[in-house]
Amino acid sequence: MKHTLVALVENKPGVLTRVASLFRRRNFNIESLTVSETEVPEVSRMTIVVDASRTNAALVEQNLLKLVNVIAVEDVTDKPIVSRDLALIKVKANKETRTEIMQFVDIYRAKIVDVCPDSLIVEVTGPEAKVQTLLDLLRPFGILEMVRTGRVAMVRGSGAYAGNGHPPENGNENSPHDANGRQGLLPA
Amino acid sequence: MQLTGAEIIWESLLREGVEVLFGFPGGAILPTYDALSKYPQIHHVLVRHEQNAAHMADGYARASGKVGVCMATSGPGATNLTTGLATAMMDSSSIVAITGQVPTKALGTDAFQETDITGVTLPITKHNFLVTRVEDLARTIREAFHIARTGRPGPVLIDVPKDVQIAQTEFVYPTEPVRLPGYRPQPSGSPEQVRKAAALINAAQRPVILAGHGIIISGAEDELMALAERCDAPVATTLLGISSIPESHPKCLGMMGMHGEAYTNLAIQNADLVVAIGMRFDDRVTGNLASYLPHAQVIHVDIDAAEINKNVPADVGIVGDAKAVLKQLLPLVESRGHGEWWAQIEEWRKDVRARDIIHQEFPDEVLLAPHVMRELWRVTGGSILVTTDVGQHQMWEAQYFRHDRRRQLITSGGLGTMGFALPASMGAKFARPDEEIWCVVGDGGFQMSIPELATIVQEKLDIKIAIINNGFLGMVRQWQELMYDRRYVATPLLQPDFVKLAEAYGILGLRVTRQTELAPAIARARAHRGPVLIDFRVEEEVNVFPMVSPGRALHDMIRRPLHVVATDVTK
Repeated sequence: MKHTLVALVENKPGVLTRVASLFRRRNFNIESLTVSETEVPEVSRMTIVVDASRTNAALVEQNLLKLVNVIAVEDVTDKPIVSRDLALIKVKANKETRTEIMQFVDIYRAKIVDVCPDSLIVEVTGPEAKVQTLLDLLRPFGILEMVRTGRVAMVRGSGAYAGNGHPPENGNENSPHDANGRQGLLPA
Repeated sequence: MQLTGAEIIWESLLREGVEVLFGFPGGAILPTYDALSKYPQIHHVLVRHEQNAAHMADGYARASGKVGVCMATSGPGATNLTTGLATAMMDSSSIVAITGQVPTKALGTDAFQETDITGVTLPITKHNFLVTRVEDLARTIREAFHIARTGRPGPVLIDVPKDVQIAQTEFVYPTEPVRLPGYRPQPSGSPEQVRKAAALINAAQRPVILAGHGIIISGAEDELMALAERCDAPVATTLLGISSIPESHPKCLGMMGMHGEAYTNLAIQNADLVVAIGMRFDDRVTGNLASYLPHAQVIHVDIDAAEINKNVPADVGIVGDAKAVLKQLLPLVESRGHGEWWAQIEEWRKDVRARDIIHQEFPDEVLLAPHVMRELWRVTGGSILVTTDVGQHQMWEAQYFRHDRRRQLITSGGLGTMGFALPASMGAKFARPDEEIWCVVGDGGFQMSIPELATIVQEKLDIKIAIINNGFLGMVRQWQELMYDRRYVATPLLQPDFVKLAEAYGILGLRVTRQTELAPAIARARAHRGPVLIDFRVEEEVNVFPMVSPGRALHDMIRRPLHVVATDVTK
């Protein structure tokens, strides 16, 4: 079972090192980690995917929260989320194969973003499974190069993280602590 | 007021209530040391090695409950601090370390004495800071003290480049509460979880309370006692939980774990409910996890949420300060008696007494370390503060000294650091100058601390040093005897003449080789004003029992033999 954690961290030098160092030190097995800016300049957002069969996702969450620069962490696995992965795939293409590739790209609502006489770059966005299926379909044509972002995720609905670590602003007054008295951050 | 970074450091330390710090100067911290001349109200203790500065700050913190401070220069000065920081990290001790760093322009160039100390100490500090602007210095120091002393305490390092120490800015020490968006320790427990815990406690037939360092850190000794008395539950302590409850109290079972008494470990393994407070189920406490607590439900109270369910799954986890949670819990706990359970524990206890070497007769010249510990306790009336290192002497002290007073033992538990006891005793002396302080240390560990004898003399510290001298790295030798067919590789060790060594430093040195010499020597050391070193020549090949071998179940102990055969193979 893969768990998706969303972490808001202070946008300061060395914070990524602290997070990466924590994973190494605690022997946590991380499938992917993405970092980006948010709507608040002082805050960065990480999406972390943990294989829970090898690593206890709750311990990852609690240890992340222990880092002083980590403002909030939420395991969004069981929430309604939009989760996306983006891949750029450079695939071999010639007169004979190009049409077939373009059909696959079309079916998967991917895009061709670069064309050469003997190759194409395909941009595909979606849940990992979709990206993976398209990748598998393109593989027989010859994949020259591939890059993926790893998962980014967002909970559906109008509730939002308050980037400054303040309680969510949608008026939800639920306790930020779960049954074990742990600190969470998202509206229920 | 325009001040230099160096002056800001001292002004800020003053505002944090710092009266003493432990350090060693060097190039990159020189501006700060130079400014110290303007602050006579702060006492700087010049150590002989930076590692000991960190241990002294640690000992100061544990003896006082305040933040200990140490200081070092960049590069080797800073890296020398690391063992002390790691020790403080493992034992949740609040220290702030300030290090000099090469000027900001030289950062990353492998300049002379440059080490990326914030990188190095990332996993062994609670948090650390590299201050690159003098404007950030005061606020950073304030945050560092706040982080070090609150929540689960720990070491915080502040790295200050030389140019930041020299640069000037307007000094305003922040007075508003520290606000760190990602740092909000949870003071009290979830009421719902507390109610669940109370229900389990009220329904238990064979409860045991496991008390850890968290009780002492949060000052919850009274609440612990109240809980134990109300639900008639025995209290076992971790090594660092020793003195959270008086060991003479009938409810106290003493130390649990690898070298805990058999009745203590048997009580834990037969309990139907374990209430663990401010402890983290270290492997030295649990033995093999698969066979740990076969019958018990678990209530786990800790300020650090990441400790709950880390090693032992909790039926009820409560995140919060031990004192606050106990205060929430107490009104919900019903008064109970567990006569049958206590009768069983008393059975086990009787059997243990029969085996205790203290109750066996030995010829006078057979001096055992337990004799030393018991006499030290008896002669001093248990009124002293003891520091220990790691190893056999540490376990014997824990077993045979009866700790009835609060904050009475300072020892390196989690990291097991040799060379901790002596500097820790020095730090403790600064925190509690009126206290009689004994550093109990092995001959191996002491040889890691010898240079600080000069500091003891320079600072006129009245510390009594008890060397438990068995000519071996004793605990390692014990493992070699039990697990490596008695191949004593690299464990026999030569010592200098400790008495002459003491005299060379101007310290009174005594030697004890017989049981009858114990009490007079201890009395003489106590009567002497100033430091004393006693070289206790104890039997060499004696093991600490009971012992749970690594990987074995907690109830699967090697018990004390009914008759100890005192052998001395080297003579």
